[in-house]
Amino acid sequence: MKISLDSFDKAFENRLRLQIMSVLAANDYYDFNALKELLNATDGNLASHLKALEKEEYITVNKSFIGRKPNTQYTASSKGIHAFKKHLEALENLIKQQKR
Amino acid sequence: MEEKDIYSELSSIRNLMERSSKFISLSGLSGIMAGIYALIGAFIGYRIVYNGYGGLRYRSNYINEPEVLWQLTFVAIAVLILSLVTGIWLTIRQANKKGEKFWNPVSKRLLVNMAIPLSTGGLFILILLSRGDYGTIASACLIFYGLALIAGSHYTFSDVKWLGFGQIVLGLLAALFPGYGIVFWTIGFGVLHILYGSIMHFKYNQ
Repeated sequence: MKISLDSFDKAFENRLRLQIMSVLAANDYYDFNALKELLNATDGNLASHLKALEKEEYITVNKSFIGRKPNTQYTASSKGIHAFKKHLEALENLIKQQKR
Repeated sequence: MEEKDIYSELSSIRNLMERSSKFISLSGLSGIMAGIYALIGAFIGYRIVYNGYGGLRYRSNYINEPEVLWQLTFVAIAVLILSLVTGIWLTIRQANKKGEKFWNPVSKRLLVNMAIPLSTGGLFILILLSRGDYGTIASACLIFYGLALIAGSHYTFSDVKWLGFGQIVLGLLAALFPGYGIVFWTIGFGVLHILYGSIMHFKYNQ
């Protein structure tokens, strides 16, 4: 059965973006390399989806240096957490509707 | 989107949230091994202090004799190093089996959070040793180790918290009954570790 996606957040339509948001919702912060390893994503792919989430103001970016190596940390904003919870609720509601 | 897609989406979210915030490669087997080392160490320590006499006889050796103290310290350090090496080795093996990195942000956070109470405890025990307060050392070991476990439990299986509570209770009891330190030490580091390790092994490794 096909289900309409109207109630879902367009920003989370992509699976990787939803996964990024799950990780950031469960942790205070996560850095780029650790995210890359955890999600098995390529540099470019991960960077572009992170950029998209940043544009939505769902995440905040904090760039710093460890020695001479750049270190980029990502934190979920309260707006992002809210949107993520909303999206999960929509998913759960759909399952409930299916069971009826 | 199909219904089963939603299920898989939700389970993948849950899995990621858990995997990214908790270190789940801790090996139960390493707990069992640490417990066994502790039991052997406690037995050797007991033999050193009582020198072959039964506990009911008059003690021929006391722990404030420097030679006995050095031997006991050596046994304690040997137990600690053996437990650490086995623990790290088994945990790396477990992480490889699960296809995870041993050294990741969560294991780092786990270690940092445990290091604070552990190093405080370590320094405290050194101070006790230097002041000759031997009676409270077993108690301090157990209490600070328990606090470290509770601090670390946020970043790994929540079962670790209960092991921590157990150690703290034993530590407080050890402070109440000075002179029986080795009994509480053996129960805490030996028996509790083996019990906890077996539970973890059968709960998560199977």
